[in-house]
Amino acid sequence: MEQSERTALRRAAARLRLDVLEEVFSAQSGHPGGALSSAEILTWLYQKELNIRPAQPRWPDRDRFVLSKGHSSPGLYAALARRGFFDPALLPTFRKSGSILQGHPDMKKCPGVDMTSGSLGQGVSAACGMALAARLDGAPWRVYTLLGDGEAEEGQVWEAAMFAAHKKLDNLCWIVDSNGLQIDGRVEDVAGPGPLDKKFEGFGFHVLKVDGHDFDALEAAFAAARAEKGRPTVILAATVKGKGVSFMEDQVGWHGKAPNAEQYALAKEELEAELARWEVE
Amino acid sequence: MEPIKEATRVSFGKALAELAPEYPGLVVLDADLAAATRTDIFAAAWPDRFIDCGIAESNMIGVAAGLAAAGKIPVAASFAMFSAGRAFEQIRNSVGYPHLNVKIAGSHAGVSVGEDGATHQCLEDIALMRTIPGMTVLCPADAFSMREAVRAMLEFQGPAYIRLGRLAVNSLYHDRPAGWLRIGKGEVLRTGADVTLLATGLEVQEAVIAAGLLAEQGVSAAVADLHTLKPLDSELVARLASQTGAVVTAEEHSAIGGLGDAVLAALADADVRVPLEKVAVQDVYGHSGKGDELLDEFGLRAGDIVAAALRAIARK
Repeated sequence: MEQSERTALRRAAARLRLDVLEEVFSAQSGHPGGALSSAEILTWLYQKELNIRPAQPRWPDRDRFVLSKGHSSPGLYAALARRGFFDPALLPTFRKSGSILQGHPDMKKCPGVDMTSGSLGQGVSAACGMALAARLDGAPWRVYTLLGDGEAEEGQVWEAAMFAAHKKLDNLCWIVDSNGLQIDGRVEDVAGPGPLDKKFEGFGFHVLKVDGHDFDALEAAFAAARAEKGRPTVILAATVKGKGVSFMEDQVGWHGKAPNAEQYALAKEELEAELARWEVE
Repeated sequence: MEPIKEATRVSFGKALAELAPEYPGLVVLDADLAAATRTDIFAAAWPDRFIDCGIAESNMIGVAAGLAAAGKIPVAASFAMFSAGRAFEQIRNSVGYPHLNVKIAGSHAGVSVGEDGATHQCLEDIALMRTIPGMTVLCPADAFSMREAVRAMLEFQGPAYIRLGRLAVNSLYHDRPAGWLRIGKGEVLRTGADVTLLATGLEVQEAVIAAGLLAEQGVSAAVADLHTLKPLDSELVARLASQTGAVVTAEEHSAIGGLGDAVLAALADADVRVPLEKVAVQDVYGHSGKGDELLDEFGLRAGDIVAAALRAIARK
């Protein structure tokens, strides 16, 4: 990609991270770690990959996205708001009573949310159902779903994986935000669902491994996913939980905790510096 | 039409196959039990619209949710134990909460599953499904009401659970013109003055027999089929209870959380204070045996309804 495009994407990812911080700080609740780790993935999807119409959120031929790791909702809401699905001024209402921005994504309340999610393991199944519907109708739209590596401990993930591969859903692309951490510790220490590459290969997926913070790598992986025929693709995206905020990076404790005023100020300073860096270029 | 004695699961499979041309969005999912839930009847007629999900009910419900989100009308079937039971939380969060147009079927409900025993005899599905906001809960009594209920269920937008039985049941509605069933409207099968028998599913035939037996003893019993457990026809329940002054509920389900409790709540809400006796499975598990014989063992026969009616009348 052109340098200018790369810079624009980095700027958008920095903006998304700032939005996540504002949402979680405003709510004094929520999950910053996994939203920050998936910032580039969500930015790529909503800025480049998905064929969507923000003014027509229920456009029947749109590509679908299901956030199976629904607790990363502040990232999804930021991506939707900055893409024009709703006013970014609503972001600070996150997790507050009466908000369209529920703790976990609600398709009935928030424009652009294609599936209600939050209970882990369920979004991937819904994504399979959507991909199957497109197949039955001979429709060209595609389905994307983002899950966590910790989420891969849910048995339903593997039921869905078996289904997707058996039904040859090549219009379906899973992305695993492999940040290596979950609430109780490191994923490999808690229950060890890996090695995910070998497991997904065994289930019949087209497996791609990328640096989940590298837009060039993401561009290539999504292009390869679109080109793949006869089987679903999974992109195993290696990421850093809490990415972009020094004291949150790779720290278990920042899975589902809001920063206090002092931590917020520090995080904001770091993220604003990152944003400014890409504003200049 | 001619009476048909058949299991409601068979009527269900036939109805889906027959109605498929009218509902192009209809797709049917099963979890390796098509030959038992009788979705195989649909699969044989419409192979391209049948999806076998394998023995993975949780995923099946999620796939159904995704299909519905994309505009299809999915009907997902398994034994009640595994659809309503095993996949409860998937139904609650992926279907109920987003109010998606998914229809869930639970077959082989109750003790009349028979030989398979307690692990397969779901006595809790009505209770579980009733607790989900916005969920419609249906339990038709015979071949004709099953066909009517399937059509009604496909006709409306929103989640529904439909309960199917394993055993063949008597024909009750063969003389009705098509289109009579209304979701949420109970059917009065017999009027009476002394006691009201409120039944659902297979127990409706037992209630009809019981009313005949009671008449021989000079007791006049009203009988109503509550094919819709939710929304319950509270108005009908309160009216019949007020008119007769005593109520018996009959269901092939746990005494906790099913028809009996739904009726009790409706009567309390309407301030109708009458004695009520439940014919139901009394907070125990089932066990292996012949389906027919288990109905006797667990006190779910017409004779049990008669006894309950006499107890209720004595409490007036």
